Amino acid sequence: MSDLTNLTIAEARDRLAAKEISSRELTDAHIVAIEANRGLNAFITETPEIARCRADESDARRAAGDARGALDGIPIAIKDLFCTEGVLTTAASHILDGFHPVYESTVSQNLRDAGSVMLGKANLDEFAMGSANITSYYGPVINPWNAGDGKDRVPGGSSGGSASAVAARIAMAATGTDTGGSIRQPASFTGIVGLKPTYGRCSRWGIVAFASSLDQAGPMTRTVRDAAIMLTAMAGHDAKDSTSAPREVPNFEAALGRDPRGLRVGIPAEYIVDGMSEEIQVLWNQGKAWLEEAGATCVPVSLPHTKYALPTYYVVAPAEASSNLARYDGVRYGLRVDGDSLEDMYMNTRAEGFGDEVQRRILIGTYVLSAGYYDAYYLKAQRVRTLIANDFKSAFEDVDVILTPTSPSAAFAIGEDLDPISMYLNDVFTVPASLAGLPSMSVPAGLSSEGLPLGLHLIGKPWDEETVLAAGDMIERAAGFALPTFNARGHKS
Amino acid sequence: MALDKDDVQKVAYLARIKVPEEKLDGLAQEINGIIGWVEQLAEVNTDGVAPMTSVTEMTAPMRTDVVTVGNDADGILKNAPDSEDGFFTVPKVVE
Repeated sequence: MSDLTNLTIAEARDRLAAKEISSRELTDAHIVAIEANRGLNAFITETPEIARCRADESDARRAAGDARGALDGIPIAIKDLFCTEGVLTTAASHILDGFHPVYESTVSQNLRDAGSVMLGKANLDEFAMGSANITSYYGPVINPWNAGDGKDRVPGGSSGGSASAVAARIAMAATGTDTGGSIRQPASFTGIVGLKPTYGRCSRWGIVAFASSLDQAGPMTRTVRDAAIMLTAMAGHDAKDSTSAPREVPNFEAALGRDPRGLRVGIPAEYIVDGMSEEIQVLWNQGKAWLEEAGATCVPVSLPHTKYALPTYYVVAPAEASSNLARYDGVRYGLRVDGDSLEDMYMNTRAEGFGDEVQRRILIGTYVLSAGYYDAYYLKAQRVRTLIANDFKSAFEDVDVILTPTSPSAAFAIGEDLDPISMYLNDVFTVPASLAGLPSMSVPAGLSSEGLPLGLHLIGKPWDEETVLAAGDMIERAAGFALPTFNARGHKS
Repeated sequence: MALDKDDVQKVAYLARIKVPEEKLDGLAQEINGIIGWVEQLAEVNTDGVAPMTSVTEMTAPMRTDVVTVGNDADGILKNAPDSEDGFFTVPKVVE
């Protein structure tokens, strides 16, 4: 790895501004690193020509005194769930074969407008459905971390390609999307920072939809500061998404380095769950101690409906997915598998185009929305969701931010055969904040006994990403977590 | 309630996904496992609780009812697996 790929965005910004390096040099270093690490399978599509072109444009702007800010010239990866104009967009699904959008998603457009350089489209779980990045039609993503036991680890999911790329230093940052934990859990598994903003902070326009009442884009970076820089560029009101909030976007970076004294941190007793390893509890206590040493006050809070969050999620998310994915019919885009009739063509296309996990979720969603079951499952889940959101509202009357672990375990090995519910349990700590639409972030905080990274999770009040970032900054400073340098992974083993 | 093979077949038809006969039993088992687990929600008292409709306290914005984008048949058809004379094509539906 070259020195250039070791830089954080904040460091690169300063060196670009001082004209010590060019965006082209920085971009070329990352293109070389991507080529050397193809064995991670972090990208579905690499876009080196686009990257070099945008890097040269950035350098020209800077030379002319027109640099656009912190992200101008910074090479990043875009999760392949964001539509990118003229560039293959797959959602890691066979059913979107050959889909080249004629438009750009609002978030990736915002990042383009900020001057960032797209390196390629990052791999993910098919339609963002998964917690291990093993459901991609384009094959699993490998975590650059391993436990020295010869087994490849999953990077988490669904934003697994984004997470692996940032951890392996082949992209300076990446976009992710989070429906139940898809930014935060892979961030924890790969030792990076992952931030899911408040629902409505980033536009969903042009992002392939999974569960529209939960989906939210956010940054994945190596530092809290870089997450703040990325979010400032990604966020903002967009008339094309009616759930996008007409609110001013603060300069999130300015929230870092706040005085910790007076910060009240809630510790929810209900987050001690069955099957959580001892070391997760130890790390959580450590996180609490760090915040207290910094001057914050930790107090117990109660979120009594926590145990119902996962089953609620696995009604609401599949229901919305079954509606959203009805559009893949073999007529308007992507794959078509012929049949004897129109209906036969639909059924053949969807059978061949969707993988097993996606089919399973569509079937569950269709079932819970079908006549006779709608009230018992869907409406019931939406009522419980109200109770879960109310739990947080009450807790936030007393505290500013809530601290929990990100995931009940470290990254597991690829090929470890988990049944669907065990796989769903990965998101036990991240799903409640998703159901309540709250901003939350995973910050790398320590290592498991096997030497794999573990994250701590901060949940904030609606629209208060700034307090989440400020508290994350405190944990980052106290933890002193150092992302190692990994050997290049040139081929799949 | 538990789903059997026929129920899964029916749901798969509603979702327009062809499921081969030999996969129905396995799928029924998996879906029953998940639905059975979800049924723990029944123990939560939700009397008088409104179902969530919007996670942020926001009212849907209104806009003027005017055409904003249009007349882009080429763009719309660009990704179609098959199209003809400015239309999407589908297998014959009327004899």
